[in-house]
Amino acid sequence: MSHRTFTITHENLLDVLTNTIAVGNRLVAPVRRGKKLFFRDVQEVQSIVFDFIQSDESPKDLVFPRVEPMLAHEYNAGNVYLIDFAEKLQPLPTILFGTRPCDAVALSLLIEFFNEGVGDPFVEQRAENLTIISIACTRADSYCFCTSVGVSPNDSRGSDVLLTPIDNDQYYGIVLTEKGNAFVKKGGDNFIPSEPKDVAQYIVTLREEFTPQEITQRLANAFNHPLWMDASLRCIGCGTCTYVCPLCSCFDIQDEGTQTKGVRLRCWDSCGFSLFTLHTSGHNPRHIQSERWRQRVMHKFSYIPQNRNLLGCVGCGRCSRLCPADMNLKEHLCTITKEMTEVKADR
Amino acid sequence: MMSTKNVYKPYLMRIVKIIDEAPGVKTFRLQFLNEEEGKSFTFKAGQFAEYSVFGEGESTFCIASSPTRREFIECTFRQTGRVTKALAQKEEGDIIGFRGPYGNVFPIDEWKGKNLLFIAGGIALPPMRCVIWNALDLRDWFENITVIYGARSVADLVYKYELTEWSQRTDMKLITTVDPGGETPDWNGRVGFVPTIVEQEEPSSTNTIAIVCGPPIMIKYTFPVLEKLGFTPNAIFTTLENRMKCGVGKCGRCNVGPVYVCKDGPVFTYEQLLALPAEY
Repeated sequence: MSHRTFTITHENLLDVLTNTIAVGNRLVAPVRRGKKLFFRDVQEVQSIVFDFIQSDESPKDLVFPRVEPMLAHEYNAGNVYLIDFAEKLQPLPTILFGTRPCDAVALSLLIEFFNEGVGDPFVEQRAENLTIISIACTRADSYCFCTSVGVSPNDSRGSDVLLTPIDNDQYYGIVLTEKGNAFVKKGGDNFIPSEPKDVAQYIVTLREEFTPQEITQRLANAFNHPLWMDASLRCIGCGTCTYVCPLCSCFDIQDEGTQTKGVRLRCWDSCGFSLFTLHTSGHNPRHIQSERWRQRVMHKFSYIPQNRNLLGCVGCGRCSRLCPADMNLKEHLCTITKEMTEVKADR
Repeated sequence: MMSTKNVYKPYLMRIVKIIDEAPGVKTFRLQFLNEEEGKSFTFKAGQFAEYSVFGEGESTFCIASSPTRREFIECTFRQTGRVTKALAQKEEGDIIGFRGPYGNVFPIDEWKGKNLLFIAGGIALPPMRCVIWNALDLRDWFENITVIYGARSVADLVYKYELTEWSQRTDMKLITTVDPGGETPDWNGRVGFVPTIVEQEEPSSTNTIAIVCGPPIMIKYTFPVLEKLGFTPNAIFTTLENRMKCGVGKCGRCNVGPVYVCKDGPVFTYEQLLALPAEY
C-alpha cells in the first residue's frame, strides 16, 4: 500500500477487522448494550454498529480506565513490598474502530495532557499500542457542536486512518500515520489505492454557533456573573457529564484492602461532586453546586485555553444528551457568548 | 517497554522518631529505607509531599524540616481523617510511603538582605518551620527575623521545645500568643488573635517580607493588617493547602483559576492570590 488514500467496500472492511482479531489484536468498536451504544471489545464484527450519531460513552477508558490499579502493597514481617503495576502493564495491540472524529481529537488531547510534565506510564503504554480508525460524520444531531469549538465532522487529528462513507457501500480512506499505514498494509488487497478525492459532499454540515475565541474572551471576566447560578439550578451533581466527557480527566486516588495487603487505585472523579474539593477541616472552596458547574465550564473554556492554548471540549454533545436534568452545554455556551457581559470581580 | 517512571510509586520511609506535639498532633521523623534514594533526594523550603499508609490512602502535608538538614524528613500532622488516623497509630520503626517533593518554593534566595516576618496560626507553623529553620541556618543572609505564632490554646502550640529555643535566641524575635480563653495560669506569652497581635506589634514593612500561614480565617484578617502597615501584596507570601491527590497537576482538584496549587503553588504572593478566584 503505497498510496495515502484508498477505497474499501463495507464487506471488505469487515473482513479486514475480522482478520485483525484473528492475528491477535484487540478490536474495540461501537456495539449496542440494550438501548445504549458503547465501545467494547468485539469478537464478531457483525456486532459492530455503523449507523449512529454518537456513542453514549466516549472511548477514553481505553487509555484512561475508570479504575486503574497503580500499585499493590503487601506487609510481611515488618517490611512493606510494593508492586508497580506500570511495570506489569502489557497492553495488547488495540484497534479502536469506528470512533467519531471528535473522539479521536479528544483522545489525542487526553494522551498529550497525561504525557506532559511528569508523564504517565499507564496512559503512555496504552496509547502506544492503540491504532484509531475513525469514521467521519455524515449526520449530526442538535446536541453536536464540534464546529463551534474548532473541531470538524471529518477532523483528522488524532486518527491513524480516517474513513468517509461514500456511495455504493464504500468508504474512502486516508492514512494519517505510521500506525495507520501498518493497519492498511495488513489489509492487503482489500484496500484499493485511490487518487485523493474531495469527499466534502458526504460530510454533514454543522452550523457554527460561536467561536472558541468568543467563549474564552467572554469568560475572562465572568467569574461572578449571575448566569452560573441560573444555569445550574437544575444540576443534581450526579457527575454524568464528566464521566461521559471524552476529555474530562480529573481523578481520585483511593486505597482498597487492608494495611496488610491491598491496592492503590486511580478512579475517575468529577468536579461536580461536593467531595471533590472538600478539605479535611470541613472547609469547601466550592461548596454549592453552581460553583462546581462554573468550575467545569471555566476549566474547559477559560483555564485550559490559558494554559494550553486549546479548549477542553470537542463538542461531542454527550454531557447534554445524557444529562438527567437536561442541562445543555451548547445552549449555555450560546448564552455566554451572546448575553454575558463583563462583571467586575467583587473582591 | 516502559520509559516513563510511575510517579505514584512512593519511596518507603521508616519512622525513626515520633514526637507528640499537641492534642492530636504528631511529628514524624522519617528516613529513607533505601539509602541511595535518601542521598539523591533534595527539596526546598515550601515544598510538600504525599504521605501514605498503605491500605488507607495518601495525605498531603508540607515537609516540615529544613532542606539544610538532610539526614531526615519531618512532617507534622493533626489526626483528622482516615489516613491521618492510621498514621497516628504508627509506631517508631514502622514503614510509611512518601512521594515528592512537589510544588514550588519560597524564594529565599531573593530575600537576602531583607527582614523576615513570619506569621503562623495553629497547625500552620509546620510549613513555616521549614523556611524558618532554613533562614536561621543561613542567618547571615537576612536582617531581622521575627516570628509571630498563635494557637487556640497553650496546649495547641506545636514545636514547644523549639519555641523555647527560639525565644532564647538573640538573633531573632519570637512572639507567641493564644486565643482569649486559651491561656493557662503560668502562660507568659500574649493573649489575643494573631491579626490583633500583629496590629499591636506594628512590625515595620520597610525592606521586609511577610510570610503568613494559618487557617483561612486568620489569613483573611491578617492580610488587611499587613496592608495597613505598608506591606505591598508582592511582599506578602503564603502557602495554600487545597485538597490534592496526585501532587503533579493531573488530578484536577486543586485547580483554582488557571493555576494548580500543587504545581504552580503551594507558595503564592498575596498579589498572585488577588488575581485568582477565591476558591481556596
